[in-house]
Amino acid sequence: MQSFIDWLSQPWPWYIAGPLIGLTVPALLLVGNKAFGISSSLRHICAACIPAGIPFFTYDWKKEIWNLLFVLGTALGGFMAVTFMGNPEPFAIAASTKADLTALGITNFSEMMPSEIFSWENLFTGKGISFFVIGGFLVGFGTRYAGGCTSGHAIMGISSLQWPSLVATICFMLGGFLMTQFLLSPLMQILGF
Amino acid sequence: MAKKTTSTAAQDRYSDGMVPNSSRKKESVGTLLTYLVLGTLFGIIFVKAEIISWFRIQEMFRLQSFHMYGVIGSAVLTGMISIQVIKRFRLKSLQGETVVIPTKPFRKGQPIGGFIFGLGWAITGACPGPLFAQIGSGYTVVLVTLISALAGTWVYGRFEKYFPN
Repeated sequence: MQSFIDWLSQPWPWYIAGPLIGLTVPALLLVGNKAFGISSSLRHICAACIPAGIPFFTYDWKKEIWNLLFVLGTALGGFMAVTFMGNPEPFAIAASTKADLTALGITNFSEMMPSEIFSWENLFTGKGISFFVIGGFLVGFGTRYAGGCTSGHAIMGISSLQWPSLVATICFMLGGFLMTQFLLSPLMQILGF
Repeated sequence: MAKKTTSTAAQDRYSDGMVPNSSRKKESVGTLLTYLVLGTLFGIIFVKAEIISWFRIQEMFRLQSFHMYGVIGSAVLTGMISIQVIKRFRLKSLQGETVVIPTKPFRKGQPIGGFIFGLGWAITGACPGPLFAQIGSGYTVVLVTLISALAGTWVYGRFEKYFPN
């Protein structure tokens, strides 16, 4: 049993994690005819909490409660994974990425998230406003405008052979490349990293 | 024929082509709990494969690691094979309904919104799924990112008709 837990505690390779994530597609379809998609949950939360008479948020969100339970589970799963299957080893990162990020002013590579960015102390600073507030806004706005995120378009959409989802996915990647390769460095310089 | 009706009815409800739910039946508490369990497994995989890591996303967008490409690529391949199996054998859902794969017609929002999301993905290190898993893993400040993402979703919904689509 202990060796099983030890085995679970290691980071899982892509060829285990990827197929398991892919199986979410048939699991949701077969359990209740549901299409895999996470960003919709953000819309349902808006519809439930602040619909404000906006047509886009006026629908029976209670019918989509499955989606909210799914994301609640995702948070719960995150808690269980770090609590019961936490990786005892320090976080491993590609040497070239570490070098690039060190040049940008990141020094702590021991956890999954850089503590220099993702801490409550940064909340009311330029760092917090850029990385959480603006970053989060772009994620929420962009996914809804695109009608899906990595799960709904890249995985569910491409799996079901829909070319608009492939277009969306290519544009996700283009946005990510542009930000990482060209905008992140000047942004982090301005923010004083 | 019934299949087609369901799909169209669902599409009418969602102006952005999002059809998350092709089921027309009311679900039992047991079924609803199944989604909670599936979500939990999904969250565990996200953390254990370190997909929630800001660093992994940086590796991906710097083309310095195969990990994320392997995860997404093999997930798509698995999903593709599964859908073919479901179609080929005309599998039904546990509720006895014919499985409906929603269609996503092309809109300008897919490239434009997709690009905007990509910018945010590289900053936050998270797409919507990992946001929830990051919070659960104890990175509580990501709650702020989540609230901002809700604000972004709301602003899109509020001003939807002004954006080219």
